[in-house]
Amino acid sequence: MIKKFDKKDEESGSGSNPFQHLEKSAVLQEARIFNETPINPRRCLHILTKIIYLLNQGEHFGTTEATEAFFAMTRLFQSNDQTLRRMCYLTIKEMANISEDVIIVTSSLTKDMTGKEDVYRGPAIRALCRITDTTMLQAIERYMKQAIVDKVPSVSSSALVSSLHMVKMSYDVVKRWVNEAQEAASSDNIMVQYHALGLLYHLRKNDRLAVSKMLNKFTKSGLKSPFAYCMLIRIASKLLEETEGGHDSPLFDFIESCLRNKNEMVVYEAASAIVHMPTCSARELAPAVSVLQLFCSSPKAALRYAAVRTLNKVAMKHPSAVTACNLDLENLITDSNRSIATLAITTLLKTGSESSVDRLMKQISSFVSEISDEFKVVVVQAISSLCQKYPRKHSVMMNFLSNMLRDDGGFEYKRAIVDCIIGIIEENPESKETGLAHLCEFIEDCEHTVLATKILHLLGKEGPRTPAPSKYIRFIFNRVVLESEAVRAAAVSALAKFGAQNDDLLPSVLVLMQRCMMDSDDEVRDRATFYMNVLQQKQKALNAAYIFNGLSVSVPGLEKSLHQYTLDPSERPFDMKSVPLATTPISEQKSATSKMPEKMAPSRQDIYQEQLAAILEFQGLGPLFKSSEAVQLTEAETEYVVRCVKHTFAQHMVFQFDCGGVTVCVCVCVSQVGV
Amino acid sequence: MDSQTEPSLYTVKAVLILDNDGDRLYAKYYDDTYPTVKEQKAFEKNIFNKTHRTDSEIALLEGLTVVYKSNIDLFFYVIGSSHENELMLMAVLNCLFDSLSQMLRKNVERRALLENMEGLFLAVDEIVDGGVILESDPQQVVHRVALRTFLFPSQVLQSAKEQIKWSLLR
Repeated sequence: MIKKFDKKDEESGSGSNPFQHLEKSAVLQEARIFNETPINPRRCLHILTKIIYLLNQGEHFGTTEATEAFFAMTRLFQSNDQTLRRMCYLTIKEMANISEDVIIVTSSLTKDMTGKEDVYRGPAIRALCRITDTTMLQAIERYMKQAIVDKVPSVSSSALVSSLHMVKMSYDVVKRWVNEAQEAASSDNIMVQYHALGLLYHLRKNDRLAVSKMLNKFTKSGLKSPFAYCMLIRIASKLLEETEGGHDSPLFDFIESCLRNKNEMVVYEAASAIVHMPTCSARELAPAVSVLQLFCSSPKAALRYAAVRTLNKVAMKHPSAVTACNLDLENLITDSNRSIATLAITTLLKTGSESSVDRLMKQISSFVSEISDEFKVVVVQAISSLCQKYPRKHSVMMNFLSNMLRDDGGFEYKRAIVDCIIGIIEENPESKETGLAHLCEFIEDCEHTVLATKILHLLGKEGPRTPAPSKYIRFIFNRVVLESEAVRAAAVSALAKFGAQNDDLLPSVLVLMQRCMMDSDDEVRDRATFYMNVLQQKQKALNAAYIFNGLSVSVPGLEKSLHQYTLDPSERPFDMKSVPLATTPISEQKSATSKMPEKMAPSRQDIYQEQLAAILEFQGLGPLFKSSEAVQLTEAETEYVVRCVKHTFAQHMVFQFDCGGVTVCVCVCVSQVGV
Repeated sequence: MDSQTEPSLYTVKAVLILDNDGDRLYAKYYDDTYPTVKEQKAFEKNIFNKTHRTDSEIALLEGLTVVYKSNIDLFFYVIGSSHENELMLMAVLNCLFDSLSQMLRKNVERRALLENMEGLFLAVDEIVDGGVILESDPQQVVHRVALRTFLFPSQVLQSAKEQIKWSLLR
């Protein structure tokens, strides 16, 4: 007997989902009973639930079927069942965008909104505002204003929030309700206060004076709502930033006073606001930091996370302010939440001393495999800055980084590590051999072509100068045998550099080069043949020109000049000298989270070239030879700032004057002037 | 330093409930961070993978703050931008969980939830509206949802089964 029951239980099973095999067409068919009278609330409710479930799962409803279902649903307003009515409101909201003629429910909703059933009023308002347009809004304006100041909190909140949603669409109409919103702000209910404040701010945010007055009033009168306080703090900090208010401003005092609020949410918001202020001295940060320090030992993970994340930001600008928290941060290293642990460690790396580096690195390596890729990159970047700070610790870090390279990880992560190692090699000649060895090991099994070619290029540059260059040859040549075309081509170039610089290796390199000439890919064969011929000449000058020094001209510039040459064929061979030299590319923003551009950034010069070529009058001048740096012609403090860039062409000079938003170009024929 | 974002009442990007297999039981997205269903489901899969094994409440995933809570075979998520006050997002999560706990008579698990989906829909509707936190007190939410209380079929079956089992064993 027992067995039978268990079996039945298994059939209806814990894995079963009553909605699992729902079919949209079947459900819509069922919805036809909405038209029957009397209405069966339970059944109708169940069908509506199924419809909303389907919508929620992402099921697509065509306009016709949605409209049909919507119209059928409107019949259900005849029933007085509360839950059913509520589900109707929900259905209206869910289908507002996919059904046509949804405004037919306007009168029913308006009736409910102003009716006696408080349970209906709030949701009815929200549903109504979902389907309303500007014209209709004006028709119900009176009701909305009444609702905003209604004593029932759910009604007031619903009206306020709906008004907020409608600011985008009907700002002018909603703006007329400012007084009602103001009155609602003095409500006792903590959510109503929050909503009223939010609406008032959104309506006034372009008027700094109004915002300032509002802040003044609310900071003095003391709202009770923690949500409202958080909003006030954000508004206050924004205002402080905009007006570049000093830290003796009452706004700052208000934010600082919030550090002593009873509610943790408010305290945290205040601390976070202070930390994010662009100009903050260590002394001003101190109270915020001590509050965050307390949060580090909170039992709530969210609070610890928020605290350590904010301390991490403080450490970027004011590491000394955070050292007081080092002990608490060390406790967080073993936190079960990996994000917290990672943030704790990276903060410590920024504020820690040289002696703590070893200990910290050991702790990170124990869990780095468990954290997400995003955090792994954060850790690598922290290590990178640490390497610059403590160059003597390079061996510990290098070891650690190579271990990380061996583990699994995405492209961004591996690239961050490779860049970090390359950074160390470039800064620290002592670390070069270990670094190159680690990188060689990495390319043996690297699936990212970009990284492999980058490392091969580096090997070609640095390898020949090491005491024992031959050991790198094996690694490089293995790549020629095993990898993809791009990597093989890079390997060939690297090999050539070894051959060019080390005479004793030259015979071996030539032999290897010979083998590469049999490669299946053209690029590889071409490079091999080219380098072979250059190396066989055994002339230092040729080696220098073709193997060591890369292209000294900018690639986009070269492309343009070649294109110009093909358009205007002549007997003369193409002259490399006509291509402008590469100027330094536009500096990449070096912030902690920036991604480096994948393609080569066009240099300033190329941009100028393009701009000038676009001007009709300048097209006959020929290719641009060189552009100078922008020269300030006025002092920086003057009202109008003028800068000048000099562009040199073959026989002309163009002076580009930049004045604010206006640019004036003057072209002078040099040959005539006799310069 | 992060640039100050515009103060706004719009703080919640999404509320999600996933089951033990990471499948969607409920999802409401309040902005177009993930505009298509395909992208949404990919996001859900990603956060499920990163969070269902650990017990920690909070994480930063795909550049968004994710606060979460799990119970038996359900996973609850509230998503906000990384600039949001994490405690505010936790308040939403706790409100949702506590409201459901009351409505489901502490039976916050998949089957009970599926048998009371309308309660869930209405509860979320009372907690977050268009990305704005509407209510944070679970008592208020339960009151406003105003569901008729009736025993769920599975609870009836369960208690009957128990009774028969014991009577037979005596």
